[in-house]
Amino acid sequence: MTKVIKIALASSLLVSGLAANDVIKGSGASFPYSVYQKWIKAYNKATGIKVDYISKGSSKGIKDAKARQVDFAGTDKPLSPKVLKKHGLYQFPGVVGAITMGYNLPGVKNLKLSRAAIVSIANGSTKYWDDALIANTNKGLKLPHEKLTFVHRADGSGTTFNFTYYLSKVDKTWRHKYGAKKSLNWPGNHHIGGNKNTGVASLIKQTPFAVGYIDYADAQKNGIVMASVENRAGNYIKPELKAFQAAAAKADLNPKKDFYSVIADPKGANSYPIVAATFILLPKENPAMDKKVTAFYDWSYKNGQEIAKSLGFVPLPKSLTDKIHTYWEAKGIQ
Amino acid sequence: MEKLFQKISLSSATLVLVLLLGIFTTLFISAKPAVEAFGLQFITDQRWNQEIPLIESSDTVIEDSDDAIIADEDDEDMILDEDDEEDAATKTVFGGLVPIIGTLLSTLIALLFAMPIAMGIAVFLAEIASKNISKFVGMAIELLAAIPSIIFGMWGLYYFAPLIADTFGGYQVSLLTAGLVLGVMILPFMAAVTRDSMNTTPDVLKESAYALGATKFEVVKDIIFPYSKTGIIGSIILALGRALGETMAVAFLIGAVYSLPDKITDPTISIPVAMAVNFGEASGLGESALFYLGLILFVMSFAVISFAKFYFLKRGNA
Repeated sequence: MTKVIKIALASSLLVSGLAANDVIKGSGASFPYSVYQKWIKAYNKATGIKVDYISKGSSKGIKDAKARQVDFAGTDKPLSPKVLKKHGLYQFPGVVGAITMGYNLPGVKNLKLSRAAIVSIANGSTKYWDDALIANTNKGLKLPHEKLTFVHRADGSGTTFNFTYYLSKVDKTWRHKYGAKKSLNWPGNHHIGGNKNTGVASLIKQTPFAVGYIDYADAQKNGIVMASVENRAGNYIKPELKAFQAAAAKADLNPKKDFYSVIADPKGANSYPIVAATFILLPKENPAMDKKVTAFYDWSYKNGQEIAKSLGFVPLPKSLTDKIHTYWEAKGIQ
Repeated sequence: MEKLFQKISLSSATLVLVLLLGIFTTLFISAKPAVEAFGLQFITDQRWNQEIPLIESSDTVIEDSDDAIIADEDDEDMILDEDDEEDAATKTVFGGLVPIIGTLLSTLIALLFAMPIAMGIAVFLAEIASKNISKFVGMAIELLAAIPSIIFGMWGLYYFAPLIADTFGGYQVSLLTAGLVLGVMILPFMAAVTRDSMNTTPDVLKESAYALGATKFEVVKDIIFPYSKTGIIGSIILALGRALGETMAVAFLIGAVYSLPDKITDPTISIPVAMAVNFGEASGLGESALFYLGLILFVMSFAVISFAKFYFLKRGNA
């Protein structure tokens, strides 16, 4: 009897082991989840290889990668080369996305927000829409003397991290006081939190005189009006694919530093400023599996461009994917 | 057979105790780092996830980082590594006062809103309505109880929140919105259990009262309510338990802002919501502070329910 049980156990282990080997397992960041999901589907159709990516959040993804519970992990927050080395991980960018300033001002279109205005909206020092800080850059518009409601994410998210990172980059006081975080105790008493992107989108849409940050894909899907944002060169840039691509091309992602960089507020006259790259982590000790993961991303960089664009993400420019290939080759995981 | 039966029922009963104890222990172990870091002050501290410079080295730290900015505008090390806390120059403080108050207030609003309506429904169904209507409305109420809470959340966000903002002013997502939707959610529980316990009133009692010339209102007030008091309080306790712990619907509606509300239409946060929305991205001390909140909710529900039970039910029996 015990023999039978043992055999049954052993064979079931074997079967489950085999099944697990067939699937490339990943977990982590929720920001790029929609585009990874579509890539996975398309990749499976093209090659028959199964990839499984669970959207758990960047922190849990990092934890999973450190604990070797997954074959790859997604994170919106890059890890420094020091941390990567300590935990035996490789890192490279997956896709670039953009965060927009969505607003709800009845009768107002083509709103322009300066860098200072965005910071003061976020920290609560701008209370009314006709505040000089906003009005000065919108001379032709009739802004109402109405209280401004700032909508943010209630849950911890990579979107919040990338937005607060941008704020930290353009404003020193913000950087000192609040920094870049995945969930923040927002200052002021002019703000409300929406649960997930859905919550933020519907609160911006339903609350008159609201403004909030939301990723481009969700803003577009929900028909939210988006503001033009002042970039580093002082130009007001409309959130659109062209401007995101210009930003991605200027991104300073260096393979020597494991691409460790947040690309917010890039240089370039036509770059949209609030952009974010999201990253992939790979455990070092299993090059055979890493090769499978890089093959998937290689395929996606090449064939997934239209998918990414349709979801409001920016496919990585050729110059960057070339760098990633060199990185993979150097690490022996291509 | 008799013995086996006894043993099975005994083990089912102990299982509950073991589970309860097990949950409490795991909660406590996970919460321990936060308990040690903040102690009981956690309960009265308003600050959630706020960074304060470490006291002993605060001067040097600030100077250092100032220099760094002047020296290098594009310093990439500003990426604060929350997942790598060893070289943090600041300490993050977590305090639970806001979520605790938010939980209590939203539950209170829900109870105040739901209780009179539930009593009305129950009296109507048990005493006033005809059999057919009573059956039909009763079914509708049970269906309402079966609606998953996420649906209440979405409905509340898309349709109820704008309505509240139009009627009462203030923000769409607020303590009031969350409390009222919570009220709608616990309403069917209260109404159904109250109706059932009212139905247990012996007809003889009611008939004798009517025979003495009592009106319908007097019968309800003096016969049915006193008789079914225990059941009614039981229904309120059940509803209270659900309201305290409700997560998904409230997460969409309370606004998730870590500040005490000045007005009833201000956004705030409750314990289950704080746990649900932050858990995905929490790590280190933040994660264990969430467990600490969970522990407090556990103790709080336990205390509130046992207080209600002992206090009211004892008096009800006397």
